[in-house]
Amino acid sequence: MLKNYFKIAIAVLKRRKFFTFVSLFGISFTLTILMVTTAFMDKVLSPDYPDLKRERSLYVSSMEYKNTKEGWMNRSDVSFYFFSHYVSTLKNVDKMAISSNPKASNAYVNNKKIVIAYKYTNADYWNVLEYRFLAGKPFSQKEIDNADKVAVISEETRKAYFGDASNVIGRYISADNVNYRVIGVVANVSKTVNSLSGDMYLPYTVSTSDYNKPDLMGPYNAVLLAKSKADVPKMQKEFQQMMRRVPIPKDFDRVYSNADPFFSSMTRRIAGDGANNGKTRVVTIMSIFVLLFLLLPTINLVNINVTRIMERSSEIGVRKAFGASSKTLVYQFIVENMILTFLGGIIGIILSLLAIYLINGANVISNMRLSMNLTVLFYSFIACVFFGLISGVYPAWRMSKLNVVKALKTQ
Amino acid sequence: MIRLQNIEKVYRTDTVETLAINGINLDIAKGEFLSIMGPSGCGKSTLLNIMGLLDEPSKGNIQIDSQDISSYSDQKLAKFRNEKLGFIFQSYHLINDLQVLDNVELPLLYRNSSAKERKRLATEALEKVGLSNRLKHFPTQLSGGQRQRVAIARAIVGNPQIILADEPTGNLDSAMGNEIMDILINLNQNEGTTIVMVTHDENMAHKTHRLVRLFDGSQVQ
Repeated sequence: MLKNYFKIAIAVLKRRKFFTFVSLFGISFTLTILMVTTAFMDKVLSPDYPDLKRERSLYVSSMEYKNTKEGWMNRSDVSFYFFSHYVSTLKNVDKMAISSNPKASNAYVNNKKIVIAYKYTNADYWNVLEYRFLAGKPFSQKEIDNADKVAVISEETRKAYFGDASNVIGRYISADNVNYRVIGVVANVSKTVNSLSGDMYLPYTVSTSDYNKPDLMGPYNAVLLAKSKADVPKMQKEFQQMMRRVPIPKDFDRVYSNADPFFSSMTRRIAGDGANNGKTRVVTIMSIFVLLFLLLPTINLVNINVTRIMERSSEIGVRKAFGASSKTLVYQFIVENMILTFLGGIIGIILSLLAIYLINGANVISNMRLSMNLTVLFYSFIACVFFGLISGVYPAWRMSKLNVVKALKTQ
Repeated sequence: MIRLQNIEKVYRTDTVETLAINGINLDIAKGEFLSIMGPSGCGKSTLLNIMGLLDEPSKGNIQIDSQDISSYSDQKLAKFRNEKLGFIFQSYHLINDLQVLDNVELPLLYRNSSAKERKRLATEALEKVGLSNRLKHFPTQLSGGQRQRVAIARAIVGNPQIILADEPTGNLDSAMGNEIMDILINLNQNEGTTIVMVTHDENMAHKTHRLVRLFDGSQVQ
């Protein structure tokens, strides 16, 4: 039976090549975009070098003041003071990685300008995050206390600044007219790990701005690490309780800062505010977007399928006359459609692999390496089934209602 | 074998009501070869479709093989058609995308028979109509007479008790028409299959046991 369906499905595909092309193109192109997007999302959302302990981590990346009466709001990154003065007192925080936003500086090497984005970090930064050292080591608390002008640089920076020199430890690199001694080289971090990627890492004590200024807003953010996964909710609760003790700045009546799990910390940045993490909003918007995106080719497929099925009314009439019930026919057409969508799916996977290969090759986002993993494949499979069913059911149902006598008259 | 009682068929559109069949009573015995004649539009095909359970009468009662099928569900009707009835159409209605053998196997797909069994039965049926050397051809590679023989093979492959033929020789020249007619007569005589045939051709009709003439939806002979 299935073999027979397969034969006829292939024959039908061959018959009207243009229709087949449009159907297959619609399916495979949509799937490609979906797969590349999911590969990208997967890259952003799953633990990635060097942020590998996401299950044990909470992220603090914003400070918000509100004047609810007047409707003012002020939102920024967080001060170093806030972390050292308040957050460091929390019992459930095992370690805390504090780092500033990357700041760009220009350096000139052999008359060529290179841009170096540097970040200030604390010593625990290197304990919380698992940077891979290709040479040298991170700076220690002692070097921070001494405000030593030392730097950890990325592999990319080493190449851009020092060329092919094999050992750069002990050599000097200049940023904003200050010379720093290189003490470590780390593997590149993808730009998608946005708060952690940088070209050069410096002790926060060498920062020119006053990091101890008793202000809540500043250029820093932090990753809080709990001892175990089970401690994370406790840590979050403790953070919230602590926020109640934080004095509210003048002219405002609320102050918000949140220690969020990774995904919420992202959605809060995109669609939330101090009081709302924006997760529901982001998920809803994304689902609607994906649904609409899938709906377009589906409607197109439904249309093509209706035309194609009506072309086959003689066949439908004959099958009914010789004992196919409406149910059997619906089943046949859904199976045929599944074959079509799976064919489109296979083409889609090949196209996705190609697209991912090209995206990685072109280095669209610095140091991002996308890959097709099983999760992505799984979602693509679900999308295929969705396509096959939705675009097959309606035409099949219409076809099964076809009057046999009328169906047999056409031709 | 087939009993039609007071069959009426009315086609309704928004403005017109057309009485296609008007009070037909007909008993067809097992093993009978009956032909139905009449001018175009007199309701011959409609009557045949009603006998084949492809169309429902507006009024009246049908019994086939002593079973009252008026209350049958779609599923049950499909099974009944599959087991008891075989159809032959004027324009053959073969599936051009499938090879001759696959076309003939079609009724068996809706039964629980294995692929091997289906192939054996279809080959046998094609042998009966003299086309055992055309199994792998596609319908478009065959002549009209050959196509109609494939259609006959498809109609008999499931070994039905009744064959309903709607102008089976209508698209063929007289030599080929006679060939087809010989196959049907043979089937009727040797296998005892009940055959009801709609035709325009007096010569063909006279080769059958009984002739029913319709005029404007009523039986006149």
